[in-house]
Amino acid sequence: MIFLKNIAKAVLPFAALSVLLQFLSARGILNPYWVQIFQLACIVAISALGLNLIYGFTGLFSLGHAAFYGVGAYTAALLTKLYVGAYGDEAVIAVGAVFLGSLLAGGFAAAFLAFLVGLPTLRLTSDYLGIATLGFGVIMKVLFDNADSLVPQLGGARGMTGIARMTGIPWAVAALVAAILVIRNLVHSTYGRALIAIREDEVAAAAMGIDTFRFKLIGFTAGCAFAGVAGGLYAHLYTFLHPSSFDFMKSFDVLMIVVLGGLGNITGTLVASFAWIFLLEGMRVALPPEYIEFRWVLIPLLLIVTMLVRPRGLFGVREFPFLRSKVYR
Amino acid sequence: MYALIALGYTMVYGIVRLINFAHGDVFMVGAFLAFYSVEKFHLPLPAVFALAAGGAALLAVVIEWVAYRPLRNAPKIAALITAIGVSLFLEYFTALHQVFGPNYYAFPRPFQVVSLEIGGITVTNIQGVILLVTLASLGALQFVVYRTKVGRGMRAVSHDAVTAGLMGVNVNAVISFTFGLGAAFAGIGGVLYGIAYPQINTFMGVMPGLKAFTAAVLGGIGSIPGAVLGALIMGQSETMTTAYLSSTYRDGIAFVLLIAVLLWKPTGILGKARTEKV
Repeated sequence: MIFLKNIAKAVLPFAALSVLLQFLSARGILNPYWVQIFQLACIVAISALGLNLIYGFTGLFSLGHAAFYGVGAYTAALLTKLYVGAYGDEAVIAVGAVFLGSLLAGGFAAAFLAFLVGLPTLRLTSDYLGIATLGFGVIMKVLFDNADSLVPQLGGARGMTGIARMTGIPWAVAALVAAILVIRNLVHSTYGRALIAIREDEVAAAAMGIDTFRFKLIGFTAGCAFAGVAGGLYAHLYTFLHPSSFDFMKSFDVLMIVVLGGLGNITGTLVASFAWIFLLEGMRVALPPEYIEFRWVLIPLLLIVTMLVRPRGLFGVREFPFLRSKVYR
Repeated sequence: MYALIALGYTMVYGIVRLINFAHGDVFMVGAFLAFYSVEKFHLPLPAVFALAAGGAALLAVVIEWVAYRPLRNAPKIAALITAIGVSLFLEYFTALHQVFGPNYYAFPRPFQVVSLEIGGITVTNIQGVILLVTLASLGALQFVVYRTKVGRGMRAVSHDAVTAGLMGVNVNAVISFTFGLGAAFAGIGGVLYGIAYPQINTFMGVMPGLKAFTAAVLGGIGSIPGAVLGALIMGQSETMTTAYLSSTYRDGIAFVLLIAVLLWKPTGILGKARTEKV
């Protein structure tokens, strides 16, 4: 019962927020464009939480996060597309369940790929791991570009179209809440403590009896699963996928969010994701059209200044109360 | 040409252990400086090289001073993120209409192209110039690093910055010099790129930068012969892929190669293994 109560306590505010937003957008009070941006921010936050688990908590320098995001997106999109293609208009009845299933499949595909990639590469250390995952990201982008020669529905370099529009505010918020809960509980479990121990000092962690390779693989796989689910949501939000959405620059975007928020800090990742997305889009509105290209001049400047002023991220190690561990700290 | 960019990466990494993502964009600025000096001022070729190298070096020293030096003692990732920030800033700032502009520019040929056929292999004088300039730069670098006082300082700082400082090496000056020297080579690389592929724009630095860095890692980062070796392997494998497979796979093959090499030798072909000390 206490467990259920805790869950309810954590979920209820988000559920209320989701209902409120849904209501406002249905009444046309909220601009649909901003509703879409809000969902995008939720999705990016999920993906960033995944990277935070990999880099922030486990200390594995990964520059290929967007590739796993892409794998999740393409897997989920292909599954719903095949389903809708097979059943046509009657498909509507079970479509929610199918969507959930394909999201999970997207997450699973990303996790499985992460497992395969992690098996050899996680033996590398720090920067070399970063470069290997970066390389993997570029390879995946090339594969996405040429995917249509294998499976025509994936569209290859022309992009994948005709994906059902499924993601809505309830889906995005629910997925984000689930992601937060999973990551909070994971980080404060024995597994999480093992991951943090590896980040702090791998040799010492191994000396304390932690199978470091196994736990690194677990952390990496789990983090990439988040990216996969986020990718599935993204595919069904914009209904169009293009390989350039998953190139290595997108991996850098997520990395910047995680570092800006503070490594190993869930609060920071959440705030930074929303701030990042809304800042990008807000400047689109705020700047006069003839200065629109200054957007990408100001953002890096802001980034550099933030890093110079707060090299450990905006939040350092401080967390929102409900994300703290009850045991220590 | 990859070799020239890779040198900058490997030198900077060897000394401050920072992946300088802005390096590819310094390369781009070098190419643009060359473009303007040829197009607008009709400077002779040696002056073009000097201007591009000097401009790129100046830019890199300024970047180091503004963005990296304050973070010398901060977590490594902060400097890395700043490097990405600097890179994005350079790309988009120079793409503004008031600066270089977002369009593609045709790089004017500074001299006539002449093809020679030697034993069935066609060689153009462009390839000849590239080869000569690269070899000359490598010779100069070898001289600076192993025969001059500042080169000794570079090797000392790369070995152990704190001890080098105690021994009277001006660590900050040496690091600035390294950034400048690496950037000068990138600037020269930019000119060569403009001559070889006569089309430049402000985002041209991204892919060559990334591949040059991969080449540096492939050869063993921090090692100068390693960077050259890595760049040669990289260039060859890309040409082979374009020739025998398909050009769409070209960008991928370099990284397949990289991962394969890293799994076989985790610190690159000529890299030294560093044991983790507790």
